[in-house]
Amino acid sequence: MKRFRFSQQEIVFAVFALLFLVFSIFLNGFLTAENMLTLLQNVAVLGILGLAMAIVVIGRGIDISLIAALAVPPGLVLQMVQNGHSLPFSLLIAVLLTIAFGLVNGWLIAYAEVPSLFATLATGLLLAGLGQAALFQLDVVQWSAGMNGFEQLGQGTLLGIPTSIVMFAIACIVVAILLRQTRWGAYIYAIGDNPYAARVTGIPSRPIIVLQYVIAALIGCFAGLVMAASVNSMPTRVFNSTLIYDVILVVVLGGIGLSGGRGGVLNVIIGTLLIGTMLNGMTIMDISYAGQNLIKGVVLLLAVITDSFLNPRNEETAQQGDI
Amino acid sequence: MKNSGNPTRAALAALAFTALAGPALAQQGLDEPFQKPFKEALAGKTVAYVPVAMNFDLTEGWYAGLKKELEPFGVKFVIRDANWNTNAGAQAVTSLISEKPAVMVVHNPDVQTYAKLLQRAENEGIYVIQINMGSAYRSAAFVGANWIEIGERDAEAVVKACEGKSNKIAIVQGALSAAASAYTLKGVENVLAKHPEIKVVSSQAADWDAAKAKAITQTVLKQNPDLCGIVGFWDGMDIGTAAAVKEAGLTGKVFLATSGGGERKGACELVKSGAFDLNLSYDVPTQAAQMAGTIKWLLSSGAKPGSIKGSEYTTLIPITKENADSQTSCWNLSDLKK
Repeated sequence: MKRFRFSQQEIVFAVFALLFLVFSIFLNGFLTAENMLTLLQNVAVLGILGLAMAIVVIGRGIDISLIAALAVPPGLVLQMVQNGHSLPFSLLIAVLLTIAFGLVNGWLIAYAEVPSLFATLATGLLLAGLGQAALFQLDVVQWSAGMNGFEQLGQGTLLGIPTSIVMFAIACIVVAILLRQTRWGAYIYAIGDNPYAARVTGIPSRPIIVLQYVIAALIGCFAGLVMAASVNSMPTRVFNSTLIYDVILVVVLGGIGLSGGRGGVLNVIIGTLLIGTMLNGMTIMDISYAGQNLIKGVVLLLAVITDSFLNPRNEETAQQGDI
Repeated sequence: MKNSGNPTRAALAALAFTALAGPALAQQGLDEPFQKPFKEALAGKTVAYVPVAMNFDLTEGWYAGLKKELEPFGVKFVIRDANWNTNAGAQAVTSLISEKPAVMVVHNPDVQTYAKLLQRAENEGIYVIQINMGSAYRSAAFVGANWIEIGERDAEAVVKACEGKSNKIAIVQGALSAAASAYTLKGVENVLAKHPEIKVVSSQAADWDAAKAKAITQTVLKQNPDLCGIVGFWDGMDIGTAAAVKEAGLTGKVFLATSGGGERKGACELVKSGAFDLNLSYDVPTQAAQMAGTIKWLLSSGAKPGSIKGSEYTTLIPITKENADSQTSCWNLSDLKK
């Protein structure tokens, strides 16, 4: 008899649906169109970062330096504009810096064969340190008059939908096309599934790995620009926060296994929705900070435990990537 | 030159006057007996500065202000940046105790961590000055804002703005572990106890993080579009709070009171733009000058470290639309660094 099995993705979706239902019934003001938009808006940046992480994790790697890519190049844009440079020029420099950063990451991992966890841990520190020591005057880089108009990226609405959600949607579509419709995307899955087999079959695995990290860094930079536009400043100190764990959480919770080769954009969306629903519901209920952490921890533990009950590990699934 | 007389005569008269008055004034100066011991007391001394982190307006401002005041007297000014890491800060203080600087200027991350260490430092003969965030141990001097007062004044302003409106307010706290946040909350509670008509619809910690403050405020505003005021705990974080208010189209309808160091871009500019309605500034350059004065006084007094203790609470500058344009309400970090 075939046992009925749930994947982690379905479990998380079920938890999300259950939470959503409970909040909708018992929480006044949760199930309104406006609140739904707020919910999405609050996790849009997290979701965009989740997409970047997903690309790398599918290729059997991990990118701890993502938050540095989020903080430093967009911070540089704000700082340069504050110092009197034009916005397009500042953006160009920031994008070049981001690409260079992605290339360094990719080269270290693909050619120098440093494990991605250690390589990106080090490069992230390097970039953040560079920003603090050489690029920024203060941790929080303030908005200046030269940036006016650019806040549209993270504030205001487009056809009634807050722009940060639109940005998340655009990022989702671009990444989905990259992963599912292009040859490069297929290569990333192949490398994640079995890097040695991928190389034997003639896939240019090293350049593709470099490409993954460059794209991830660029998406990280994009997320940073949306974030800066949305709060009218760039708190570069975000590098010291626990945001990177939230990003990994979104990806893993959504069902993209760290062993690589599985999952896609849908998983990121589901993971993001679950986190967003929890945060929003708890804010409406005005639960204390400690209480929120407790509930977050319990829900996440439940999801993981249920998964390991329903899908016990065997030799194959226990094969992890670098971590 | 009708009535001025002969110029030669006038010059002669002036010369004669100088000759008469001369002996008393010009032949030998009068020694001021106290300046030499003062200079000797300061020259070559080390002042160590341990902020919770550099690179933000408050700590950069104190650093620049202290350096400017002390270095001309031959004081060696060293810095140990804890970079938001409480352990690193405690280690820095511990190693400083064995290095024996003359004075330590300490910015506490919380009430407890450094308390015992600071007591040990004063026992070892180091003057300790605590800045803005004090520890449970009272040392030679505390220079800083009175957070209770900040909470009370911000809350009073919000309560006043709410008169005749919905009386619904929100509180955006800082980090729960920070004493500054807890004290400010106490101040807010003091005022709310006197105003039972005010309803707090949300009181949450945003961890000094602008993005979190924005997320919380957005949700709160969607649930309570008739909110009349918000008490924020730090202007650096409340940029996010203000952005949420602006996006909801409620700027001017929701009164936002906050506090900070009074740096022009972070305070006055934002009050001018309407993001903040009230920003209580603890004017960082004045705090730096007070610290420098205290250091000069302590070093020249010869008092035994640990034998005298006192406080210098900062006089707050309330920044509103009326004075946001004035040159003196705010300060520029770039000017202070010159």
